[in-house]
Amino acid sequence: MADFFLNVDADGVAIITWDAENKSMNVLTREAFGLVEQLIDEALADDAVKGIVITSAKRDFAGGMDLNVLASIRDESGENPAQGLFDFTMNGHRILRKLERAGMDAKTNKGGKPIACAINGTCAGIGTEIALACHHRVMTDNPKSKVGLPEILLGIFPGGGGTIRFSHMVGAMAAAPVLLQGQMMAPKKALSSGLIDAVNSDPVAAAKEWVLNATDADIVKPWDKKGYKMPGGAPYHPAGFMTFVGASAMVHSNTWGVYPAAKALLSAVYEGAQVPFDTALKIEARWFTHVLMNPSSSAMIRSLFINKQALEKGANRPKVADETVKKIGVLGAGMMGAGISLVSARAGIEVVLIDQNQDAADRGKSYSESFMDKGISRKKATPEQKEHVLSLIEATTDLTSLADCDLIIEAVFEDPAVKAEMTKKVEAIIPKDAIFASNTSTLPISDLAKASVRPEQFIGIHFFSPVEKMALVEIIKGAKTGDRAVAKSLDYVRQIRKTPIVVNDERFFYANRCIIPYINSGIQMVGEGVAPALIDHAAQLLGFPVGPLQLVDETSIDLGAKIARATRAAMGDDYIDGAVDEVVFWMEEQGRLGRKSKAGFYDYDEKGKRQGYWAGLEDKYPRADDQPDLIDVQHRLLFGQVLEAVRALEEGVLEDIREGDVGAILGWGFAPWSGGPFSWLDMVGAPWAAERCDELAAKFGKRFECPALLREMADKNQSFYKRFASDAKAA
Amino acid sequence: MNEAYIYDAVRSVRGKGRKDGSLHEVTAPRLSAVILNALKSRNNLEGHAVEDVIWGNVTQVAEQGACLARTAVLASDLDESIPGVSINRFCASGLEAVNMAANQIRGGAGDAYIAGGVECMSRVPMGMDGGAIAVDPAIAIDNYFVPQGISADIIATEYGFTRDQADALAVESQRRAKAAWDDHRFDRSVITIEDINGLSILNHDEFMRPQTDMQSLGALKPSFKDMGEVMPGFDKIALMKYPHLERINHIHHAGNSSGIVDGAAAILIGNKEYGERMGLKPRARIRSTAKIGTDPTIMLTGPVPVTKKILAESGMSISDIDLFEVNEAFAAVVMRFMQAFDADPDKVNVNGGSIAMGHPLGATGAMILGTLLDELERTDKETGLATLCIGSGMGAATIIERV
Repeated sequence: MADFFLNVDADGVAIITWDAENKSMNVLTREAFGLVEQLIDEALADDAVKGIVITSAKRDFAGGMDLNVLASIRDESGENPAQGLFDFTMNGHRILRKLERAGMDAKTNKGGKPIACAINGTCAGIGTEIALACHHRVMTDNPKSKVGLPEILLGIFPGGGGTIRFSHMVGAMAAAPVLLQGQMMAPKKALSSGLIDAVNSDPVAAAKEWVLNATDADIVKPWDKKGYKMPGGAPYHPAGFMTFVGASAMVHSNTWGVYPAAKALLSAVYEGAQVPFDTALKIEARWFTHVLMNPSSSAMIRSLFINKQALEKGANRPKVADETVKKIGVLGAGMMGAGISLVSARAGIEVVLIDQNQDAADRGKSYSESFMDKGISRKKATPEQKEHVLSLIEATTDLTSLADCDLIIEAVFEDPAVKAEMTKKVEAIIPKDAIFASNTSTLPISDLAKASVRPEQFIGIHFFSPVEKMALVEIIKGAKTGDRAVAKSLDYVRQIRKTPIVVNDERFFYANRCIIPYINSGIQMVGEGVAPALIDHAAQLLGFPVGPLQLVDETSIDLGAKIARATRAAMGDDYIDGAVDEVVFWMEEQGRLGRKSKAGFYDYDEKGKRQGYWAGLEDKYPRADDQPDLIDVQHRLLFGQVLEAVRALEEGVLEDIREGDVGAILGWGFAPWSGGPFSWLDMVGAPWAAERCDELAAKFGKRFECPALLREMADKNQSFYKRFASDAKAA
Repeated sequence: MNEAYIYDAVRSVRGKGRKDGSLHEVTAPRLSAVILNALKSRNNLEGHAVEDVIWGNVTQVAEQGACLARTAVLASDLDESIPGVSINRFCASGLEAVNMAANQIRGGAGDAYIAGGVECMSRVPMGMDGGAIAVDPAIAIDNYFVPQGISADIIATEYGFTRDQADALAVESQRRAKAAWDDHRFDRSVITIEDINGLSILNHDEFMRPQTDMQSLGALKPSFKDMGEVMPGFDKIALMKYPHLERINHIHHAGNSSGIVDGAAAILIGNKEYGERMGLKPRARIRSTAKIGTDPTIMLTGPVPVTKKILAESGMSISDIDLFEVNEAFAAVVMRFMQAFDADPDKVNVNGGSIAMGHPLGATGAMILGTLLDELERTDKETGLATLCIGSGMGAATIIERV
């Protein structure tokens, strides 16, 4: 297998071309890394070669490291995986350092060959790190191509020299946003960040020209010259000191202390800034190994990269023919309908947006207009794109416009009678083979399907709000839903570039059934006199983006009260949330409905900006003298969700734990560092979790009773990803 | 066990710790030497008169570097046979020097010591010595590092102290310091700083602002609000550590926090035989000493646990103490001490403190112990306790008894 090819052209420039076999995107394998070294050696030894240009034969330069490599090294290294990972990383440093030194004399820095990287398309991870080791980087001017170091988003950090090289190049202050936010940047932005040196419509030609004109001095890195000083100051330089004090504080507060990779990255930069470059690379390798040994990084890679991609590529798609959506009908132009229209039109799908009167339909369409206007003002969209998006949306009251739609998404008022009426009316108009989906978040799909004459073509497609921001779409199979409806939904989600999970039809499906105990546990604690700040902070300290009280203010108390009444009626004696409802109903009586009424658990100013907690809470529910331990508060919030996920698996709502994990993170922001509820349970171990359930149930009630499945797994000391690997084909 | 006695205590006047401060022209070795010389001449410390000079000093770089204690001995009239050791327990360095000296004597290692300290904050600014605690991510993050001012505001938030209460304490510190100076209560210990020709450079604590009132303090902006709420946002670190708090109440400012000043202080400590041999009369017995580590984020609550510890170890209760010196690093530190022990404000810092007169880091501990002793004598009381809060979460305390 050869992934790199060497050709020396007539001008004496060796072009090393990356063209990974049988892949559409270059990802670096272990073997290929060895080949890079071999080709560099060859080119450096060849007297006919004046310089080297590294580029790619694909549309893009590189996607990064093959992430399975890291897992396999860990697995192969037997008793001492840290040694295996460290050795592997150090070998990478050795190869890139050889490339960087390019055969020059150690003392005089003379006699090396210039090496430039022609970044012909998108370039990420190790691709960018190879480029950074080169002496010059030219990138294509195509604004759709992006370059960056996104490792941090997967719970690791650039460990192929990228952290040390880039911080040594531009200084800690300038490197921080690129390394810590992991943003992929268009060529212009990358140029101003210092990540690349030039932008050109023909990067290979420009790189060649640079190589042919480069002098000995041009190819010596600043840190290989005498008297190197880190730009902006090393940590114990007065200016550098302030930078590093601030950096620690900001990394700590931005990550709520739960992302080990960000801390490790910063330590590598800090420690690396105080020693010679080769020692700095060794330090980077030590911290990189440390992060790879942390179970959080493998869990994040598994859920947020490997399994997310698998789901997007249709891992659970029934084997039926292509169901790409051509024209979609959206019923109801409220917030959800407007958002669904927007994301569909942006994906190039024709949209018919229906509402009862033309004004409402137009308002729904204008949502797309103002979204695109915002994009234009932020230079993220063009007026042409706006025109195109708007031209695809037909806002109308006329149901006959739906006659040639192949997918309908109903997003009308959450009332079964209203929905049933719409289903009947619309099914009479749309093609016989069209799929009809409901965007309901609370009503059982099988019940709604009773209004349909074609229940096998009836399905739930549950979007999260705001539609254009939330990456997850929950697809719900009713009792009679057929494969083609599932395939159509999955193909549609792929078209709008979101991530799907497919679940079965039970109360609140998957996501909402897990969020409800989170919110309810939080509200229940308010009733017990727990400091509201402790409740929300406890959640944030677990890595949840929004605490339960803030969340309920956003979703509104009256919605909570409505759900509570319905659930109560349905569950009868099994209902466990009486103590929660007392608070919820009281808040509703007080007219404190949340942000929309500018009054909820929080106070809000005139403009709706959140202020402090409402003082009235403490009058009604006096602050307990003995506040609970943080860990108890956290576990009440966390186990509420996790156990609900286990029950969803137990009851068959979830068919694949990968969907449970990916869905939890993307759907409601479940602690991403954990990799999702099932990954978290595997991390802490079923025996510990079951024991903790018993303690929590004894102290805080039925909600925390250990599900039978978890109990059984605890007894057998099983992990979810091993036990469910065969049916889930989980990585 | 030997007993350790205080035979004499001196301190310099305090100069504003800025470029326009009167002592800015005086080097740290010289300021140290002037104080050491004063102690020498008052007590006839000829030859190898003491075992060691234990010298508290926080920012041990530049002219305060390279064992300033020994440099100070060489710069002074003390005999070269007397060594010197610089120590750093941040703001309690001066008191820790005394405690170490006392415990050496009690343990039998030498008859007598000079203990004290110096800080020329105008010349060697705070923080110039770097320090990993604030800047090394692996340490700063794991320990929820925040700067001291944020810690002081956390104390105020956690224990419910208002801006008005803090300002009132500051006004009272200024009033008491002025009254003490007017009443010549510091005369016995204060050393005027003179130049090489014997000309006076400074003869009073120049940081004091006796005209301070609630209104003038009310006009001051909180000092730590921006670094707390905006860049780099230390409040969030505080809320992560103390999640039951909703927000940090920023009450401290330049007027209710200790002043940045230049100053030095020295105390002569010896056993009983030493006094007899030298013809010196012991003024007080160092009854007990203590130090403790505490939560590094709220950082400055150390005086409470260290006082509990020293009382327990001495078999005493809070009511056995006649007078307290609690370093006024920040108003909330003293308020927390008084709250925890229900201490009578009329017994705490009766002659003002660091808010009015300033806090020369390495010297303050020795200064307040001397002030405490002078006041016990003046009011003919028996027992006093001095304590300081300390950076990175520590506390130190000393109990003295008149003999």
